[in-house]
Amino acid sequence: MSDPLLKVEDLRVEFPTRRGTLVAVDGVSFHVDQGEVLGVVGESGAGKSLTGSAVIGLLEPPGRIAGGQVILEGERIDNLPYERIRRIRGRKIGAIFQDPLTSLNPLYTVGRQLVETILTHTDLSLSKARDRAIELLQEVGIPAADRRVDSFPHQFSGGMRQRVVIALALAANPRLIIADEPTTALDVSIQAQILALLKRLCREHGTAVILVTHDMGVIAETANRVAVMYAGRMAEIGPVRDVIKHPRHPYTIGLMGAIPSVGSDVERLSQIDGSMPRLTDIPTGCAFNPRCTKVLDRCRRDRPDLIPAGTSEVACWLYDDAGAAADIPAAQPAPGVAHVAG
Amino acid sequence: MAAFIIKRLLHSVIVMLAVGFVAFLMFNYVGDPINNMVGQETTVVQREQLREQLGLNDPFYLQFLRFAGNAAQGDFGLSYQHRRPVEDIIMERLPATLELSIMSALFALGVGVPMGVYTALNRNSVLSKVFMFVSLVGVSLPTFLIGILLIFLFAVQLQWLPSFGRPGVVDLGWWHTSLLTWDGWKAIIMPAITLGLFQMTLIMRLVRAEMLGVLRTDYIKFARARGLKNRAVHFGHALKNTMVPVITVTGLQLGTIIAFAIITETVFQWPGIGLLFIGAVRDADIPVMSAYLVMIAFFFVVINLIVDLLYFAVDPRLRVERPGASGGH
Repeated sequence: MSDPLLKVEDLRVEFPTRRGTLVAVDGVSFHVDQGEVLGVVGESGAGKSLTGSAVIGLLEPPGRIAGGQVILEGERIDNLPYERIRRIRGRKIGAIFQDPLTSLNPLYTVGRQLVETILTHTDLSLSKARDRAIELLQEVGIPAADRRVDSFPHQFSGGMRQRVVIALALAANPRLIIADEPTTALDVSIQAQILALLKRLCREHGTAVILVTHDMGVIAETANRVAVMYAGRMAEIGPVRDVIKHPRHPYTIGLMGAIPSVGSDVERLSQIDGSMPRLTDIPTGCAFNPRCTKVLDRCRRDRPDLIPAGTSEVACWLYDDAGAAADIPAAQPAPGVAHVAG
Repeated sequence: MAAFIIKRLLHSVIVMLAVGFVAFLMFNYVGDPINNMVGQETTVVQREQLREQLGLNDPFYLQFLRFAGNAAQGDFGLSYQHRRPVEDIIMERLPATLELSIMSALFALGVGVPMGVYTALNRNSVLSKVFMFVSLVGVSLPTFLIGILLIFLFAVQLQWLPSFGRPGVVDLGWWHTSLLTWDGWKAIIMPAITLGLFQMTLIMRLVRAEMLGVLRTDYIKFARARGLKNRAVHFGHALKNTMVPVITVTGLQLGTIIAFAIITETVFQWPGIGLLFIGAVRDADIPVMSAYLVMIAFFFVVINLIVDLLYFAVDPRLRVERPGASGGH
C-alpha cells in the first residue's frame, strides 16, 4: 500500500476562553487512504466536526490547532499560510456541510456559484466553465440541468440543494471530501439517495471521503472504516464490519447495544449510564472511565493510547496485555463514580 | 410583481390623503385664515365677502376635496408672508435642499459602507477601534454642535471653507445648482458632512453588524471551503447579503435627511426649504407649512416605494416565481 492520502497525527484543537483553555480535540490520529470512505461517529460535542474543520483549515476563531500535524499527500498543510491553504480547499479537499438549505448563497443562481468555483480552480473560459457546471449538475442527478443552472437555491428542494452542494464540492475534482453530517437535515427517504449518490460519485472519481455523522446506519451502509470519537479523543478505529460486529472499546460496545435492529427480539435497548463529560471537566486517565462498566484502576490514572487489537485499534487498557495483567480489574465501580451525569 | 407595485401605490395614495388631511386641518383651524390674510382695517362685511369668495363657508368635505385637488396639482395657495404662490417659493428653494441631501447621503454611504466593511473584516485592528470611537462620537453629538465645531475649525481657524451660504449658483432654467462651480463645492462640504455624519455612523454600524452576522453563516463557510478568494467571499458573497437591511435604513434615512435638513440649513444659512420652513413657523405662514408637510410626506412615500423595488433587484427570493421556472419537487 502506498502512502495514505491524508494523515492526521496527534491533532489537538483548543478554544481559549475566559475560564481557561478548552481542549475540544485531544491527540487524535488517523489516516485516510486513496478512495476510501472513513466514517467518524460520536455524540454531539465529541469533536468529530471540529476534526473535519481542522483538516480543511476552517476552524472558527478563537478555535485553533494547538498541536499535531495534518499531512495531505506527504505535504504538511496545517501550518500553511492562508493563500496556500485556500488553494487546497476545493481543489484537493472539498467539503459538504450539514444543512443544504443554508450552504448556498441565496442571492446567486446555482450556476453562478458553480462557475465561480470552477473558475477559481481551473483556467477554463467562462462559457466552458458554464458547460462544466451543467455537466456537474447532470452528474449529481438534477433533471433539466441546462435550465436549472439559472435557478436560485430557493427554487430547489432540500434534497436537490444537497445535490447542488455535492456538485459544488466536486467541482474541482478534489482528492478528499469532508462530509459533515451530509444527510442529517434531510428527509429519511432522501437520505439514502444522497448517500448512494455521494458514494457512487466518489467511487467514480476516486475521491476519498471523511463522513462525519452520529448515525451508525449511515456508517454501516457507506464507510469502509470507522472511527469512534469520545470527548475529543479517538476511542476506536477499524474496518466497519469489525467495529460493528465486534466492538472492543466499552464505549463502542455500549453504542452498538443502543442501536435497535430489525429482526432481533431484544425487549429493551441497553444504554450507557451518565453522559459525555463537559470539556471543562474531562476526568484524568481515560475520558470514559466514570461511565465504564469494566473500569480498571489504571483507567483513572493513565490515559490509554490507541492499541492494536485484531484488525482495529482501541484506546482502552483492557487490550493492553501487559497492563491488564499487571492491574487488578475493579470488581465494582467506585460508588458515586459510575453514574456521574455530565 | 405588478400586483405588488399596484398595492404599494394604493398604500401611498392612502398615506398621502391622510397627511393631506392633517395639512388641511392645519390650514383651516390653526387660527382664522381670513384673519391671517387681511389687515386690521378690513370691515366685517369685507371679511364675510372674502370668506364666501374663498369657499370657506362651504361644507367641510367639499373644502377638503378642493384642497386635495389643488394640492395634487401642486397648488397650495398664496404664502401669507411672501404674497406669492407657495409652490413657486418651494420650487425655488427645493434644489438647494435636494442637492445638500443627496451630497450628504452620498457622503454617508460612500464613507459609512467601506468603514463598516473594514471594521467587520478587521475587528481587532487599531484602525477599526478608531473608526468605532469616531462613530460613537458621530452618533452622540447633536447636529448643530457638529456644524458649529466644523465652522469653528474650517471657517474660523483654518479659513479654508466659507461658514455660510450657497455661492456659485448656476441657473439651468428648470433647476439651479451650485455643483458646477468651485465656490459652490467648497460651500456644500461642511453642511453635507454635518447633515450626513449621523447617518454615516449609523450606516457604518449597521453594515458592520450585518456583515459580522453574514460572515458566520454556512454559505460563507461553504464559500471558503470551496477555496474562493477572500475578495470574492467578502465582497461577492458577504457584502451583497448585507444590502437588504442597508438599503432599507439608507432609504428611510434619506427621507430623514431631507426632513431634518432644517437644523443644518439654519446653522449654515443654507437657502433651502428647511430654512423656508423655519421662517414660515416664525411668521405663522400656514400655506407654506402645510405644503412643506405634504411635500416631505411625498418624499418619504416615493423613497419607500423605491426601497421596496430595490429589494426585488437584490433578493431573488422575493421575485414571484413564474410557473414552470421552478419544477423539481
